[in-house]
Amino acid sequence: MIHTTAGSDGLAAIEEYEGRSLWQSALARLLRNKAAVASMVVLGIIALLAVFAPLLSPHAYDEIYWERIQAPPDFEHGHWFGTDGNGRDMFVRVLYGARVSLAVGLLATAVSLVIGVTYGAIAGFLGGRIDNLMMRIVDVLYSLPFMFFVIMLMVVFGRNIFLIFVALGAVEWLTMARIVRGQTIAVKRKEFIEAAQAGGVSNTKIIFRHVIPNVLGPVIVYMTLTIPQVILTESFLSFLGLGVQEPLTSWGVLISEGAKVMEFAPWMLVFPAVFLATTLFAFNFIGDGLRDALDPKDR
Amino acid sequence: MLLTTLKHAAKHAALGVGLALAISGAAQAEKVLRVGNDGEPQSMDPHYISTVQTSRLTDDMFLGLLTYGQDGKPIAGAAESWTISEDGKTYTFKLRDHVWSDGTPVTAEDFVYAWRRILAPETGAEYASLLYIIKGAEEVNGGKAGPEALAAEAIDDRTLKVELTSPAPYFLAQLAHQTAFPVPKHAVEEFGRDWTKPENIVVNGAYKLVSWTPKVEATLVKNDKFYDADNVAIDKVIYYAMEERTAMQQRFRAGELDVARDIASEQIDWLRENMADSLRIAPYAGTYYYVFRCDKEPFTDARIRKAMSMAINREAIVDKVLRTGMLPAYSFVPPGTANYGEPAYADFKGMPYGEAVEKAKALMADAGYGPDNPLKITLRYNNAEDHKRIAVAVQAMWKQIGVQTELFNTDGKIHYADLKQGSFQVARAGWIADYNDPQNFLFLMESKSGPINYSKFNNEEYDGLMAEAEAVSDLDQRATILREAEEVAMEGQPVAPIYYYVSKQLVSPTVVGWVDNVPDKHPTRFLDLKQ
Amino acid sequence: MLSYALKRLVTVVPTLLVIITVAFFMMRLAPGGPFDSDRALPPEIEKNIKAAYDLDKPLVEQYLLYMGRILQGDFGPSLKIRDFSVGELIASGAPASMELGIAAIALALVIGVSFGTLAALRQNSGTDFSVMSISMIGIAVPNFVMAPLLSLVLGIYLDLLPTSGWGTGELRYKVLPVIALALPQIAYVARLTRGSMVEVLHSNFVRTARAKGLRERLVVVRHALKGALMPVVSYLGPATAAVMTGSVVIETIFGVPGIGTYFVNAALNRDYPLVMGVIIVYAVLIMLLNLAVDLLYAVLDPKVRYS
Repeated sequence: MIHTTAGSDGLAAIEEYEGRSLWQSALARLLRNKAAVASMVVLGIIALLAVFAPLLSPHAYDEIYWERIQAPPDFEHGHWFGTDGNGRDMFVRVLYGARVSLAVGLLATAVSLVIGVTYGAIAGFLGGRIDNLMMRIVDVLYSLPFMFFVIMLMVVFGRNIFLIFVALGAVEWLTMARIVRGQTIAVKRKEFIEAAQAGGVSNTKIIFRHVIPNVLGPVIVYMTLTIPQVILTESFLSFLGLGVQEPLTSWGVLISEGAKVMEFAPWMLVFPAVFLATTLFAFNFIGDGLRDALDPKDR
Repeated sequence: MLLTTLKHAAKHAALGVGLALAISGAAQAEKVLRVGNDGEPQSMDPHYISTVQTSRLTDDMFLGLLTYGQDGKPIAGAAESWTISEDGKTYTFKLRDHVWSDGTPVTAEDFVYAWRRILAPETGAEYASLLYIIKGAEEVNGGKAGPEALAAEAIDDRTLKVELTSPAPYFLAQLAHQTAFPVPKHAVEEFGRDWTKPENIVVNGAYKLVSWTPKVEATLVKNDKFYDADNVAIDKVIYYAMEERTAMQQRFRAGELDVARDIASEQIDWLRENMADSLRIAPYAGTYYYVFRCDKEPFTDARIRKAMSMAINREAIVDKVLRTGMLPAYSFVPPGTANYGEPAYADFKGMPYGEAVEKAKALMADAGYGPDNPLKITLRYNNAEDHKRIAVAVQAMWKQIGVQTELFNTDGKIHYADLKQGSFQVARAGWIADYNDPQNFLFLMESKSGPINYSKFNNEEYDGLMAEAEAVSDLDQRATILREAEEVAMEGQPVAPIYYYVSKQLVSPTVVGWVDNVPDKHPTRFLDLKQ
Repeated sequence: MLSYALKRLVTVVPTLLVIITVAFFMMRLAPGGPFDSDRALPPEIEKNIKAAYDLDKPLVEQYLLYMGRILQGDFGPSLKIRDFSVGELIASGAPASMELGIAAIALALVIGVSFGTLAALRQNSGTDFSVMSISMIGIAVPNFVMAPLLSLVLGIYLDLLPTSGWGTGELRYKVLPVIALALPQIAYVARLTRGSMVEVLHSNFVRTARAKGLRERLVVVRHALKGALMPVVSYLGPATAAVMTGSVVIETIFGVPGIGTYFVNAALNRDYPLVMGVIIVYAVLIMLLNLAVDLLYAVLDPKVRYS
């Protein structure tokens, strides 16, 4: 939620800075990007499938069909994607997995975005000792293997899916902060910032009005990389037993199960993997499209 | 000038070829066994070992008083003969005239020294309790008595006398276990903890460590001083440490390994179809079970435990979910265990599953649970694909009798710590015997066993029978009493046995002399390679 | 700049102290101990073994003991691989991990920057689309799928390379792990390069350079690339960290004797000294790399001043 606020703040700032028509023209440019539009449609479909999963198949996500364990796709019984090692319908499980994976990806990225952008911009902009201190803190956190951090959280607060969002977000913001800081250092040397400083505008204002909007390009690019990263990290965690509990599932869990039987039960790997890959591709194309559309210099 | 150079070159080339031929000839003569071991060895010191993966190496390097034969049964090792006193409590061993790999004779004193060392509190040996059957051992290990309190005595260089706390028919089998191995007193005293480094190690078994690169391999070569070295065919055995089953299997498939000590069980169907000549599945001395926390609601009620155990369709789990050749378990002691005979089975063995479910429902109703008042419990398991698939299946089976099961998995350490502390309701556990005897299974449900009695089963009749069996030296009588005890346990169901373990491995058809056996022991000294 | 570098080096020590402290206490708070296993130990044995490793002492005392040892360069014994000290294990594992990591990053940089540049120059063309799609395979397919797939296809079906293992460090054993490790990074580097390259190509100074009539290749290599590499450079630190953690999976699957596998195994085994040792090595490496990245930044962008 906070993420949206920060995002629209940034956009608002661009509008103010670059003029009213920017947002509309950016949207127009985005819509001209075929790959991005196609990706949005694909993502929309996947999201809809995930939401309406229970209505789409005659099977429940946790029902076991003893007579059809690890069975290949079969239309007679309505197992369009086959069944898993426990005889559960893969189609429904892939869609239920979509719910978890997408939720984790989006929410954790939102968390990382808010923390990372704010932190990185402040550090880069203020520079000097504060920057040094703030980046040392990031270094410290970076060099801590976060698995312990996550294990700790899970143990102390119990197993909770929201905790996964927060934990992953809290880990992923570090890179975001670094990139934003790097960009900020480059941006703040630019003329318009120096002009604003000379004009007596407060630092907070400069950061939110000028710095953040101007580092938005790389941030969006990185964000589109963070979502897949989070989704993959979630699978790693599930793999270690710290992710979603059975009978719930996620794409990561399904894929890691499928990878073990890829040679002779490929449907267990292929379907979740195709969904995951498609989603990741889509996020990337959208990110690209957004980046190009938002680039104020490209007009 | 040019000519001479050419001549030189030709000469060198000829020399090179000759050398290469010589080397390859030598390489052909040398028989190297390449074993994929499913875990990194912990130590080459028998006193610091707690995994079977490690014991595979130490079994090749050290010779206990008894040792594992080709078929896994204990045979004479460092002892060539022994006598047992009338009451079954005093053993006198006559040592074989043999030497350590540095030529020093192996003496009875080496055994006494080794046992005192593993039992010394400061050694901190995880497995020391296996020797508690020797009089004084528990006191020494607990720091309540000095090392001399151990009733193991070197009468002379080649005679060793041991006194036990009770007549234990499994004692001889235990002596083949690494906890009872001798260690070379002279080497340990000279090098301290470094005595197992390849440059220092001294062994009395068929092989000797020459190199160990963690995470890669440990290489053992034939010990020429081994008493039976003439009958040892393999010159060198390389144990590759491979935690990842799939990777190990691929290496076996690619011909890079002769033996893979485990398989990727998810791929069993593929293996059966494509590698049937290498796949070896054999009964293994262990039971996979679910344990109920008996001293806490709701599992204080034996009816609930029994109902839930009955509702587990073991045949479906074994045949449909796992498909790795396990047998459904209705007893805690696996059939075929030594000194026992047929185990005592739960009374619902052989009952058609539909009937079992109905009976289970009735028991649940008796206990006050039903569709309107479902029992809600949490089932815990540690991370592993097979545990997960079984838990998911059992969850569905329990649903039929109105039990709502939440699945909860954690990493192994948390799982076992919680089992020990009793923070669970129902949990997955497994037991692999250390020695082939029913007592090694049944003691798990004795109240005096402490933390390892995960169920906290506390049944006077059971404890009484177990104590009675301990004092009996007649094997048949002992077996009868133990079977009575198991009957009590199978009626009370503090644990729900699910299946008996099998050992699963890939052994290339070129490996000769591999005999499937229950303890899953395959000493390299009995193996050979077809050329 | 030298004094800046020195100053940064000085801060490494307190940072390391914080890392060790936090890691030490966090790990000890995690439930389950190194000697919890499928067979619960009798109480007296548990007592003995804890005493043997000082694990029975109060936590703060253990911490002080540990710090004392660390100061003497002693990482302590491994609780699981009991014949080796942590120092020995790290010394034997670090070279393989470093070699793998450096090769993977180099590969990712070469391919990633080329792909990214190519895509940016032909922005929104078919080339752009296909080059970026290819590079994205690396992040769209999880490494625990890619690694066994590579091993299966190249190791077994085509029989070109060993399926896994390390041999005595021959090149053929390293090909697959390096590729598997580099793949996700190729995608990240390519995307970052493309993004900033597009931006730079539209910037005034490139326009000016072009207007001056400089050859396109010269414009790209001399002017644009240097500017466009900034985000890539700033990504190098995280990339190294990512490669280090990525190597955990890759090393396990390919049986590479690096410290990556130790890390996960040690964490799951609660092998405290080994986990701490690996953390310290990682932390030092990451800090030094970050310093190097910052300095590189300064070299590339003279506008950035360090004091």
